[in-house]
Amino acid sequence: MRVMAQIAMVMNLDKCIGCHTCSVTCKQTWTNRTGTEYAWFNNVETRPGQGYPRGHEDQEKWKGGWRLKHGRLVPRTGGRARRLARLFANPELPTLDDYYQPWTYDYDNLISAPLGEDLPTARPRSLTDGRPTAVTWGPNWDDDLGGGPEQLAADPVLRKLNDQVRLAYEQAFMFYLPRICEHCLNPSCVAVCPSGALYKRIEDGIVLVDQDRCRGWRMCVSGCPYKKVYFNHHTGKAEKCTFCYPRIEAGEPTVCSETCVGRLRYLGVMLYDADRVGAAAAVRDEQDLYPAQLDCFLDPHDPQVARAAEESGIPHDWLTAARRSPVYALISTYRLALPLHPEYRTLPMVWYVPPLSPVVDALSETGHDGEDPAGLFAAIDALRIPLAYLAELFTAGDPAPVEAALCRLAAMRAHMRRVNLNEPQDPAIAASVGLDERSITAMYRLLALAKYDERYVIPTTYGGGTPAPRDGGGCSLDGEGGPGMLQALGAGPEAAPAPSGTPAGAVPADRVNLLNWNGRGKPAGLFPRRQGTRP
Amino acid sequence: MNLVHTALWGVLPYPVLTLAVAGSLWRYRYDRFGFTTRSTQLHEARLLSVAGPLFHYGLFLVALGHIAGLLVPEWLTERLRISERLYHLNALLVGGAAGLATAAGLGLLIWRRLRVPAVRRTTSRSDRLLHPLLALVLLAGLTATAGGINAHPYDYRRGVSLWFRSLFTLDPDVSAMAHAPLVYRVHALLAMALFALWPFSRLVHAFTAPLGYVVRPYVLYRSRAPRPAAVSRRAAGHRPHRWGASARSGR
Repeated sequence: MRVMAQIAMVMNLDKCIGCHTCSVTCKQTWTNRTGTEYAWFNNVETRPGQGYPRGHEDQEKWKGGWRLKHGRLVPRTGGRARRLARLFANPELPTLDDYYQPWTYDYDNLISAPLGEDLPTARPRSLTDGRPTAVTWGPNWDDDLGGGPEQLAADPVLRKLNDQVRLAYEQAFMFYLPRICEHCLNPSCVAVCPSGALYKRIEDGIVLVDQDRCRGWRMCVSGCPYKKVYFNHHTGKAEKCTFCYPRIEAGEPTVCSETCVGRLRYLGVMLYDADRVGAAAAVRDEQDLYPAQLDCFLDPHDPQVARAAEESGIPHDWLTAARRSPVYALISTYRLALPLHPEYRTLPMVWYVPPLSPVVDALSETGHDGEDPAGLFAAIDALRIPLAYLAELFTAGDPAPVEAALCRLAAMRAHMRRVNLNEPQDPAIAASVGLDERSITAMYRLLALAKYDERYVIPTTYGGGTPAPRDGGGCSLDGEGGPGMLQALGAGPEAAPAPSGTPAGAVPADRVNLLNWNGRGKPAGLFPRRQGTRP
Repeated sequence: MNLVHTALWGVLPYPVLTLAVAGSLWRYRYDRFGFTTRSTQLHEARLLSVAGPLFHYGLFLVALGHIAGLLVPEWLTERLRISERLYHLNALLVGGAAGLATAAGLGLLIWRRLRVPAVRRTTSRSDRLLHPLLALVLLAGLTATAGGINAHPYDYRRGVSLWFRSLFTLDPDVSAMAHAPLVYRVHALLAMALFALWPFSRLVHAFTAPLGYVVRPYVLYRSRAPRPAAVSRRAAGHRPHRWGASARSGR
């Protein structure tokens, strides 16, 4: 047994209202730069829908993830020789049209247009070539089923279900799916990178791109089945969701989790047996991938696991955190969370609690009591279409685990309603889904009430200690093209000239770097100096 | 005249070589972030899918041809019983085809760069110099190769190749080059310009050909424990790329 630790995430889809706050705050933090205008490390998709980039789940087309070749795992996009042979033009790389052509508006025209009869308008302008453009697609163009049936029909998951169910389905069912990089146990983006620039961090399992080693071969972009590696067309380097590693290292949740309005994200430590990963990713039947991955996870309460973890160099506070991990509870204890597209064989580590609300809604619309356990259990089974759709997303088409998770959620609702209404308890409700009253209450607490420190159980990082301050100080993420946001403001096509006297790229003396602020005291320079006081 | 020949063929190659080697080392030391292909496939994929492989694979063949022509001495091919006729026919046909493929690829790439607005916008200053230079070197080389059609073509293995090899023994054979046809001399001069530009252009990506990928395990793990890494400082006068943050703390 070789114990490794990973910070994993679970999202409770029942709570997602599709507000895109996670996407926007993520973009403000990481991809508000030239070259990454089109990149959303976090995006929220409406399902059914094509997603972003369009139809990214169609691996027949994009060739992401792994496949089994004579029982051995090879990247679907081809082995080493084929990768190298396609170095000069990657045939499976999505173009900007598959994501969307980024644009801005000619805001300046609003205030600088000469006086005239008509109101001035801010016309759209392409961010790639600066010319006037027509906006025809965006990162969430089909939000809330926008665009109608012809857009919906292009959903690769929906295409797997038969046409007959499609129409009824459109009327019955819609939910949101926030997506970030999955930080997989068996990452295919890492596998296809010819330069070896992508790697999985040993300490916390975060998959990162070494910007100094990336040579812009773009294989990772097509190798990732979730299309969560992006090519920065300005710097010529691949970039991806970093799981906000500077925050995670400090024990803080990612920006998307921190700012989530619905509080639907959970972060915690998962312990897994690295020796089992290869076999788990290579099980023959795709529907066995979910249970196989479950088998990789180790129970932190098991003393044997604790001893092995210690021997593997996992610090004690990580083990303690693993025991309190809400993610472990949702994935392994309650079996509520499911992996996204396990059939890609990457063993993803961002899992999802499937949404029950659409089922309840559909039931209520037919005049039934949406919360009545008997009716609800029956409805989950009867609503074959949503269940099949969810199964295509989360379990490679096997409806049983999805149904089990939904039934557990339904039982929890029924149980808690009786508690809230002071009705007599029915232990059969909890027992019918393999839980008892205590565990179903604990589950309810975790799903409904869990506070900040219960949702995010993140130990601070270990190994290496504090990196030595770089010469000149300041944040290591600064610099042109970097995500530190301290470049000249508005460094788009019409970049503002740097203040004279300061070298380009240097932090102007009058600007405050809040990234260095520890939240205590008043950072120098945040407020203008009072008149009469000396600096 | 003699002085000019000595300067061009006896002296100039050494500063150029020094610049190419030292410049590349300097670039690798201070601007590792800048080592990239600067791919524009995201903006335009259809033309690139033809032009990119055509140019690069053609270039590999051309490079092989240069190794065969410049570095392999005449006595070796004679020992291997490759007739003079066969050798030159091969140079003309295979070399010509490879050169034409490269030229076609480069032509398409340049056309694409000029005509696709998004690609055009990514063109840097060094690109503006590099692309015409590459085209000129190629044209001069193709013209020299085409000279092989003549009944009595210039035998570069007794001229240019001698000079090239003599450079590395630090005893440049200036006269061998001085008596070469003009097109060979132009080709050599342009090539020297290309080598001088190499470290300061996108050409450096050729040094990072990912050959290690063939023997590497698929999934890589790395510890975040920092090792004393070279701090890539922004080089004066060059585009300020100074990221590498995830790299540094990721090691």
